[in-house]
Amino acid sequence: MENKEMRAVYCDTLKSLAAADPRIMVLEADLMKASGTMPFKAAYPDRGIDAGVAEANMVGVAAGLASEGKIPFAATFGCFASRRDFDQFFLSGAYAKLPVKLVGTDPGVTAAFNGGTHMPFEDIGIMRNVPGLDIVEPSDAVSLEAYVRLLAASGKPAYLRLHRKAVEPIYKEGEKFELGRGKLLREGRDLVIVSLGALMTHEALSAAKLLASKGIEAAVIDALCVKPIDEKLILDWGRKTGAVLSVENHQCTTGLGGALAWLLAGRDGIRFDSVGIHDEFGEVGTLEYLQQRFKLTAGDIAAKAEKLAKV
Amino acid sequence: MEAAERARLEAAAKEIRKKTIDTIGFLGVGHIGGALSIVEVLACLYYKEMKTDPKAPRDPERDRLVLSKGHAGPALYSTLALKGFFPVEWLHTLNKGGTNLPSHCDRNKTPGIDMTTGSLGQGISAACGIALANKIDRKPVYTFAIVGDGESDEGEVWEAAMFAGHYGLDRLIAFTDANKLQIDGPTSEIMSVDGRPENGGPGGGSDLVAKYRAFGWNAERVDGHNVEAICAAIEAAKARASNPGRAAGTHAASGGGRPTMIVLDTIKGKGANFCEGMLGNHNMNFDYETAKKAIEALG
Repeated sequence: MENKEMRAVYCDTLKSLAAADPRIMVLEADLMKASGTMPFKAAYPDRGIDAGVAEANMVGVAAGLASEGKIPFAATFGCFASRRDFDQFFLSGAYAKLPVKLVGTDPGVTAAFNGGTHMPFEDIGIMRNVPGLDIVEPSDAVSLEAYVRLLAASGKPAYLRLHRKAVEPIYKEGEKFELGRGKLLREGRDLVIVSLGALMTHEALSAAKLLASKGIEAAVIDALCVKPIDEKLILDWGRKTGAVLSVENHQCTTGLGGALAWLLAGRDGIRFDSVGIHDEFGEVGTLEYLQQRFKLTAGDIAAKAEKLAKV
Repeated sequence: MEAAERARLEAAAKEIRKKTIDTIGFLGVGHIGGALSIVEVLACLYYKEMKTDPKAPRDPERDRLVLSKGHAGPALYSTLALKGFFPVEWLHTLNKGGTNLPSHCDRNKTPGIDMTTGSLGQGISAACGIALANKIDRKPVYTFAIVGDGESDEGEVWEAAMFAGHYGLDRLIAFTDANKLQIDGPTSEIMSVDGRPENGGPGGGSDLVAKYRAFGWNAERVDGHNVEAICAAIEAAKARASNPGRAAGTHAASGGGRPTMIVLDTIKGKGANFCEGMLGNHNMNFDYETAKKAIEALG
């Protein structure tokens, strides 16, 4: 059976939630087709709102809806979700304590043919500045459905980074998830790779296999949540292995890498390195080209892991 | 409007004006100009046109107000205090550490404040969301919003204007406080958003009434210090609003009505003898003695 597209999982989950809860709403800024939420609007015409190409107003409207008790999921490309409407999300949403769920799609290099203008390497970094915000990047269909449900029920604003395309499953149906908790996917004695998102978690698992063939046993943690980050799980495995490698499709300094560096600074001599974007803009190309260009492949992860493990 | 009713509203406006001058004067600094220019509309809303209950500030059946020009908070706080939403004594805590009355409106701190505002342009979007939520829920409540003319330089105001027109939010009744001054100077010099030739603007349909009509709204201009004219405009807007019991619909083309913009022709700093119509009254220092004299002069 072909894997379902992540955006279809997003839409189906919201439809399922909306069937039982009239508060659930979907907002889009002329990207309903891209986000895959047309079926939501077809099922619930009054609750699927297209705000046109006007992201700032969309987020402001979402805040107004939330102040009336609605639970709005407002989506656009991650670059615009973060850069273009940050003030609206920050003030009308988070500062006002209104549960606006902002969804940024096409994380990092997955923006591919849309190129550098549309390639968010900074959205998580921007969002990490929002006090108390839940920031989540699921890695497969099962985790996506679980986190959409968790965010809908959280009563808080949130940023969800959404990979749109289909990916191989990581979790089995029925797996339980929590906000602020990651998942240990593989045990290992030599280092722990902490990955974020669908693209990089799959690459991290491939990297662990490559490393195993060289006799290096890497534990792998799927971070899932950047904020709050699962401090206990990551520190436990950092201490066990003595080395942590962060892996993300985002700027390292402000994303997962930044969160982990802050967590690990001065702790028990745990060694640390990061795979991700190092202070560069995005550019256009196929996903395969971009992963090589920005060193986001399993091979790149394995190479850094090998160095880190052998220090 | 009967003379007695008009006198009642004018008296309410005078009390709000005095309290606003007192509140900011006690602190010694604040957004006096744009607070005083909206006093009459606040009197009309809270003493006549809005359904509110000071004892139940989050009553789902109430009418809502979003003060999009959030810096005019002290005028709204004065109104809410006089109406009994919180003790009048709170007014002297404006902007002090731990206060419930911050310079810009905060829905989590102040009873009666429906939306947090302060970053200009955002409140009108939120008001659209509030109006849309109630339209979907078919509740017969009105959402009011007050936007500044300087604030209308923000692109988001026009995104919201498009949205409200498209979605037929006919229970959204908004005001633009056209007091003709912004921080750096007259709007005609800085950005002639309300481009009437008599204000030094380019004309040619660039005034706010023409602009809002072009965005699918009903719009008119009234004397923003005339309570009778303001109430008449609000009541006309209410009379046009559709019955919320019918299908929520989505946009004007599918049967929704039009939102209303009432442009208030006002004077920034109205009624404060030390700063009325004066450039630089957006946020200014003045001592409590000056405030007391201005209040006394109001009679």
